[in-house]
Amino acid sequence: MQVIESSKVYDVAIVGSGAGGGMATKILSEAGFDVAVMEAGPFFDPADDKYRTQLRWPWESPRRGASSDRRSFGDFDAAYGGWNIAGEPYTTEPGTKFAWFRSRMLGGRTNHWGRISLRFGPLDFKRKSVDGLGDNWPIGYDDVKPYYDKVDKLIGVFGSKENIHNEPDGFFLPPPKPRLHELHYINAARKAGIPVIPSRLSILTKKINNQRGSCFYCGQCNRACSAYADFSSGTCLIFPAQKNGGKVQIFTDSMVREVTTDKEGKATGVNYINKADRKEYHLKAKIVVMAASACSSARILLNSKSPVHQDGLGNSSGLVGKYLHDSTGASRSVFIPKLMDRKIYNEDGVGGMHVYTPWWLNDKKLDFPRGYHIEVWGGMGMPSYGFGFNPNSLNEVVGGEIGGYGEVLRHDIRKYYGAVLGISGRGESVPQRDNFCEIDNNVVDEFGIPVLKFNYKWTQHEVRQAKHMQDTFEQVLEATGGILLGDKPGADRDYGLTAPGEIIHEVGTTRMGDDKQESVTNKFNQLHDCENVFVMDAGPFVSQADKNPTWTILALAWRASDYLIEQVKQRKI
Amino acid sequence: MDRRDSLKSLLIGSVAGGLLVTGCAPDTTVEAPEQPQLPGYGRNENEKLHDQKVLADTYLNEHELATIAVLCDIILPANADFGSASDAGVVDFIDFIVKDMPNQQLPMRGGIAWLDAHSNKLHNLEFKKLTEEQQKAICDTIAFPGKTAPDLIHGEKFFTRMRNLTLTGYYTSEMGVKDLGYKGNSPGVWDGVPEEILKEQGLAYEPEWLAKCVDQTKRMDIATWDDNGNLLT
Ligand SMILES: Cc1cc2nc3c(=O)[nH]c(=O)nc-3n(C[C@H](O)[C@H](O)[C@H](O)COP(=O)(O)OP(=O)(O)OC[C@H]3O[C@@H](n4cnc5c(N)ncnc54)[C@H](O)[C@@H]3O)c2cc1C
Ligand code: SF4
Repeated sequence: MQVIESSKVYDVAIVGSGAGGGMATKILSEAGFDVAVMEAGPFFDPADDKYRTQLRWPWESPRRGASSDRRSFGDFDAAYGGWNIAGEPYTTEPGTKFAWFRSRMLGGRTNHWGRISLRFGPLDFKRKSVDGLGDNWPIGYDDVKPYYDKVDKLIGVFGSKENIHNEPDGFFLPPPKPRLHELHYINAARKAGIPVIPSRLSILTKKINNQRGSCFYCGQCNRACSAYADFSSGTCLIFPAQKNGGKVQIFTDSMVREVTTDKEGKATGVNYINKADRKEYHLKAKIVVMAASACSSARILLNSKSPVHQDGLGNSSGLVGKYLHDSTGASRSVFIPKLMDRKIYNEDGVGGMHVYTPWWLNDKKLDFPRGYHIEVWGGMGMPSYGFGFNPNSLNEVVGGEIGGYGEVLRHDIRKYYGAVLGISGRGESVPQRDNFCEIDNNVVDEFGIPVLKFNYKWTQHEVRQAKHMQDTFEQVLEATGGILLGDKPGADRDYGLTAPGEIIHEVGTTRMGDDKQESVTNKFNQLHDCENVFVMDAGPFVSQADKNPTWTILALAWRASDYLIEQVKQRKI
Repeated sequence: MDRRDSLKSLLIGSVAGGLLVTGCAPDTTVEAPEQPQLPGYGRNENEKLHDQKVLADTYLNEHELATIAVLCDIILPANADFGSASDAGVVDFIDFIVKDMPNQQLPMRGGIAWLDAHSNKLHNLEFKKLTEEQQKAICDTIAFPGKTAPDLIHGEKFFTRMRNLTLTGYYTSEMGVKDLGYKGNSPGVWDGVPEEILKEQGLAYEPEWLAKCVDQTKRMDIATWDDNGNLLT
């Protein structure tokens, strides 16, 4: 089989169309570059009825929205794929539990993500200076602030000015009012001495331009918004880039195998498999931007071996794939008797929480480093598969028969509908060199591409942090006056700490730095080893704050794109 | 945004042509075998294929489905305002879900067989042929987890599965959503918890918090800010 050559040479090939790839597409095409976007999944546009799942009723799906191997978060979720992708396995080293969530579609995981859009704060870029662990970023908040500002204005995010040092304010749209269970949370958190502020989500509570609508409160951002009132890479970056007349060619169902390089080791484009005919093609490009998500980009780089780059492209430090880290997570919930037999009204709100607790103990000496924020959930949601399972297990605490049959079940269902409040911690872990992904030498995917193997173990830092979460949850939830559900997970269960990868904030696999021995890219996301290759997903993160990563991916991709344009202008690449 | 704009620059590898051929040549009629089809609900190609396969498949037989129908309506009978589980289409739902989720198949088939065997032992008749009274008497022995006699525990497990599937099938049907009273899934404007409910709960919005929140009369005004991030519109 021979590789089919394209005759055209693109200015830039962008691998992946998620957050980072979308931003690179927009900025680089608007600077006049001729851009090819390489996307392993199919086309997707939530405004087209063919793809739309928003505002559909559960009975429109024969499985009533249940999850499957084709969509891990259910039929109506806008993520094709998920924890498993047929034909594209990954493996784990014995002893490792790692979960890897992938979306295969135009826009990647930004079609269904939670829209929690938090800036990293000044401390978050310099954690080593605070606790002596891990490494500082080679850049600080002031380097990124102008880009956070631009991202806020371009994409839109609601929130409130709070003047909290490590939770920088931005250019916010006004937040929505709290829902009922969120009011209960606010009161309880205050009683427990924990702050609560309006959440910060990239959802348009006001219009920001005439191309996108404003939110109509269906609570379904995970289905992707047909009015483009929430952020997805396709709807807010790639389509507008095309509309603005940019030279943007999208190659869907195109699975990139490797970055090709010439005798000097400079990138010449990418090799990809067209899923429709399963043949391999070579696309020529003067510059390659990797944005396939942190682990996928690491995989492609490690698979891009050549005489000049013998250990994989950009890997002279041996650090591609290393320092992989995810956020920590733990949860607890409470049943609030006051919320039994609720009057029912439409409380869908936006597709995510309206309030949250930012980390509040930066100044305290604790037995673990770094912190976590608390997310809040509950309410009278739309039923889907699973609704009505164990309909009256709460009778155990309220009194009454468990199980049974007949009309009584209708009453049980109504009684407990919307009466549970849950909270989840999302925290910062300490990146470890020994937590990594590498190429599995025994396994290939259906396209013959060697797959990733994960090696990852939490340290005592994360376990202790989870313990602190559980203590906090107990304190706050007890202050609701409700009855806590489930046992408090103890040391035997690592305090309910989620497995690595499960929070889906995997970052750090191509970390940035000034020292070529200790990092993969420079502080502008450019490979130390290959000047015409950039990594614009979360790979270059030196550390992942307790903040969800996407707003920082977007800001850094914009910053790196500006730098790339400048370098081309100065004929340095 | 006009989707054609994005399609214009969309390149589907080398088979773009193939996918775009929608009309057949004028003088050929293709005899397509009749395929069960679902109305669209945002499926991709892979998912459409899967659904077609499941729809064309059979797993539960007529006796099993008839038994399920009896159980469904014992679990959730009609009342003055709403129909029973089977009226809401729950039998079809279970028929589909058992094909779609292979891990449901054995417990379902085996559970029904257990129930018939138990019924035969007691009355020398399969379950669906018993009188309603006899059926309910059996259900009473397996419907209350924690109270089940040890030798009936397999029946309890099956009944719990049936209850779960029946309720989830019902409450995700059009009738069930109406019965529950869920009010959302429609475009609207969220402007806070209704006043009377706040009162009932003994809660109130704090003025300082409300001051930060969106003024819904201005949601269509395009946002602009001063240099310090203060919203001007
Ligand atoms: C349920 C869920 C909730 C989340 N909530 C939040 C949140 O609230 N806030 C937040 O900040 N983050 C959240 N995230 C994380 C967020 O989705 C990711 O951080 C973000 O999408 C990462 O962007 P990316 O550009 O790195 O890659 P992705 O969005 O993952 O996109 C990568 C793209 O590259 C494509 N690709 C991969 N390999 C190849 C290849 N070999 N060839 C061609 N294309 C390829 C993929 O198909 C995909 O489309 C959430 C994620 C999930 C799953
Ligand atoms: S909640 Fe608002 S932004 Fe989210 S999908 Fe619904 S209408 Fe769109």
